[in-house]
Amino acid sequence: MDAVTENLDDYVSGFLTSLSIILWSLVGSLVLGMLIAACRVSPVPPLQRFGAFWVTTFRNTPLSVVLFFCAFGLPELGVIRSFFFFGVLGLVLYTSAFVCEAVRSGINSVSAGQAEAARSIGLNFTQSLRFVVLPQALRTVVPPLGSVIIAMFKNSAVVGAFGVGGDLWSTGLTLTSARGYETLPVFIGVALGFLLITLPAGALLHVIERKVAIAR
Amino acid sequence: MTSRSAGEPLVRLSGVNKWFGELHVLQDIDLSIDRGEVVVVIGPSGSGKSTLCRTINRLEPIQQGEIAIDGERLPEEGKQLARLRADVGMVFQSFNLFAHKTVLENVTLGPVKVRRQSKGEAERRARELLDRVGVGAQAEKVPAQLSGGQQQRVAIARALAMDPKVMLFDEPTSALDPEMINEVLDVMTTLARDGMTMVVVTHEMGFARRAANRVVFMDAGRIVESADPETFFTRPASDRAKDFLSKILTH
Repeated sequence: MDAVTENLDDYVSGFLTSLSIILWSLVGSLVLGMLIAACRVSPVPPLQRFGAFWVTTFRNTPLSVVLFFCAFGLPELGVIRSFFFFGVLGLVLYTSAFVCEAVRSGINSVSAGQAEAARSIGLNFTQSLRFVVLPQALRTVVPPLGSVIIAMFKNSAVVGAFGVGGDLWSTGLTLTSARGYETLPVFIGVALGFLLITLPAGALLHVIERKVAIAR
Repeated sequence: MTSRSAGEPLVRLSGVNKWFGELHVLQDIDLSIDRGEVVVVIGPSGSGKSTLCRTINRLEPIQQGEIAIDGERLPEEGKQLARLRADVGMVFQSFNLFAHKTVLENVTLGPVKVRRQSKGEAERRARELLDRVGVGAQAEKVPAQLSGGQQQRVAIARALAMDPKVMLFDEPTSALDPEMINEVLDVMTTLARDGMTMVVVTHEMGFARRAANRVVFMDAGRIVESADPETFFTRPASDRAKDFLSKILTH
């Protein structure tokens, strides 16, 4: 594992870049995914159609294509930002579709009577969702949402390949192709870097899952 | 309670029709309910009595006709509907207490978020109501820790906390074990005596005799008969009502 120890600084900076892609994407896709889910369950048909269109578009398009449009298509339309911004944007758009569907499955798991009771005491749609339905939905949503989030963590490697550079995956690429290290140890190092993020995340999800579980 | 127009009925349904697909579940329903009146709706299952109850706060939309509460026509959706629903208490067959909140929070949610009461004020009033329905000692528990009868009494307190003009009860005792039915009916009887306007869908004929001002008998989506309880139970006018009563009162 000399490849890793000799280049530890590169690994650390790659790790930090990956972590920052992941954290921005996490916040962005959770917020956006919940908004799209709210659209899909709203009583307003145009919003429902918009939500369905969003999910159909981003769930059925390969991530690399979404990233390609963001990184190379948007600049042609006059949107000039860093590759980091476009990379995170692409990952957020793509992941939001999956977050939306996980959250929606949770919302559907809350019995219709809960929403009816909320509406009966005069809560409007947003209030019913916020105070009654979503808190209960999030409980059932932790396991599937966890899978979506961990898949997103790993997809951040694809973002690195789209010109962001300096993340874990690109570090591995640089070490093998430019500096001639053996592929196997270098990428075992890359994999370990991702495990450093995904394993604690998985453990954290498990704790959250136990914490929010309630008696019904 | 504000009585904007004392002569007007509090709840008025006129020419109400509703379909579930092909099924014509409510047919030309005309019904007026006065302030302080207790109307019990009975009928065989599938007769549309629950649906009728649920149209009054628009949990079920109607396709034809008009429903007005306190002289105000039920709005379609949105803010006005939410405001009007706050004035109409609803008690469900399956209680529907908010599973993730304590008993106390169940009762204070509406007053705090809809009526904009302070938390302290809402809690003081909630405890008062919980005492009144006999579950004051359970305030800090979550619904799953309560018996069915206790949960339904909390649900009644939750509705009362909004100071509703009218209370709707959709088969409030049908999901309860027999020994818990009376504790809920007692609370409802007291409410009726105190002058609350109530629409009660139920199979409890004893409650209908004891507390109702009027019994409405429904069958196949229509109101077949509407009479005071004494008349209805002793001299029903329609054959369908006679048939229904003979089936339920013999055992």
